[in-house]
Amino acid sequence: MSKRILVATRKGLFDVRRSASGWRIARTAFLGDILSQAMRDPRDGALYVAQSLGHFGVKLQRSTDDGKSWKEIAAPAFPKTDAKDGPSVEYLFSIETGGPDRPGTLWCGTVSGGLFRSADRGESWTLNEALWNEPSRKEWGGGGFNVDKPGIDTILVDPRDSDRMVVGISTGGVWQTKDGGRSWRVTSKGLYAEYMPPARRNDPYMQDVHRIARCAAHPDKLWLQHHNGVFRSTDGGETWKEVKSIKPSKFGFAVAAHPKDADTAWFVPGVKDECRIPVDAKMVVARTTDGAKSFKVLTKGLPQKHAYDLVLRHGLDVDETGKCLAMGSSTGNLWVTENGGNAWTLVAGNLPPIASVRFA
Amino acid sequence: MPRVAFTGNLKRHVDARTARAEGASVGAVLESLFAANPRLRSYVVDDQGRLRKHVNVYVNDARAELDTPVGADDEIFVFQALSGG
Repeated sequence: MSKRILVATRKGLFDVRRSASGWRIARTAFLGDILSQAMRDPRDGALYVAQSLGHFGVKLQRSTDDGKSWKEIAAPAFPKTDAKDGPSVEYLFSIETGGPDRPGTLWCGTVSGGLFRSADRGESWTLNEALWNEPSRKEWGGGGFNVDKPGIDTILVDPRDSDRMVVGISTGGVWQTKDGGRSWRVTSKGLYAEYMPPARRNDPYMQDVHRIARCAAHPDKLWLQHHNGVFRSTDGGETWKEVKSIKPSKFGFAVAAHPKDADTAWFVPGVKDECRIPVDAKMVVARTTDGAKSFKVLTKGLPQKHAYDLVLRHGLDVDETGKCLAMGSSTGNLWVTENGGNAWTLVAGNLPPIASVRFA
Repeated sequence: MPRVAFTGNLKRHVDARTARAEGASVGAVLESLFAANPRLRSYVVDDQGRLRKHVNVYVNDARAELDTPVGADDEIFVFQALSGG
């Protein structure tokens, strides 16, 4: 079972470790800085932290001594254009490793909708021109917390083939490549956007993909939390079917997929888009273990009175056993479960707003 | 040569000491500094080389832009508005 969680918050990094006495904050870094992501690369042990300094732009930091010291490396940036309104990276929304057979390769999804690749551990980055030049991009949208422009929130590299990837865009739909990013196609079939005029409801480019998670052992089985509900794909993300059994509500941001059992996934529902708090102010996690035929609402250890936590897209993670989950909220609560969600323990209750939790 | 001074808040993240640099405009002076200190660039200007949205520049006591001309005795101040809770 995992013994370490990297927690990226609005005011710094929290390195949380499991000891005999339980989970505790072992180290902090970048206190006062707005962070969006923190990740450990399992291939070489390097740690990466994505900063969004607001006034001074996005930055990327790397540690090769397990977090004792950090070095600023290149951050993704758009090529210079002659256009007056040329793009600039506004937020580092997602960062992932490029697969076990691609050492040093990293992918980074950004607001304003650019996907970037590094082949040298973040020393330099290249914009994925194929996706950026996709004609439908002018239809992509954004709006809301940190996302005034389209944001790439999910990058899933296929464990069977590092050239195959699924990408989720808020708002821009689901996109896939089978050739390492040289070509892309949209695979949003089955998703719908309630907020669009009826004729555009099923427009593949208008889908607000909050987060996608895949079962590592069965990579064609994916779960998707969309602005308008929960969806599942059993064909590698080609088509999506709505999961209507989700409860207590269908709105949310985060999803975690069991690494071995394709029928098990976790969601953290909120009331709805214009009321982003838990239903009845009770903090809960919804878990299915039967492929979405049914959901169990998990409450043990979570506040059931006056809880207004929202768990953002990257605020939920599951470890390689499928038993240990970490959950961090916009209210600064960090919970852990070591039994698949049956019971949760509050690790820290006064953290800054949490953007991302990740087992390391 | 014009003199450039940076907000103390920037010094927390990157080497941004007060310096003199060549140039006939704010942008040209900053470019001279970036050439000597490449990391500084992305803190002051965005991907397209525009001043970052919340970074302000003054020449002496007047608000300036990158194309504002400067003379040898001018002082350029680079600072920002802090906000948030």
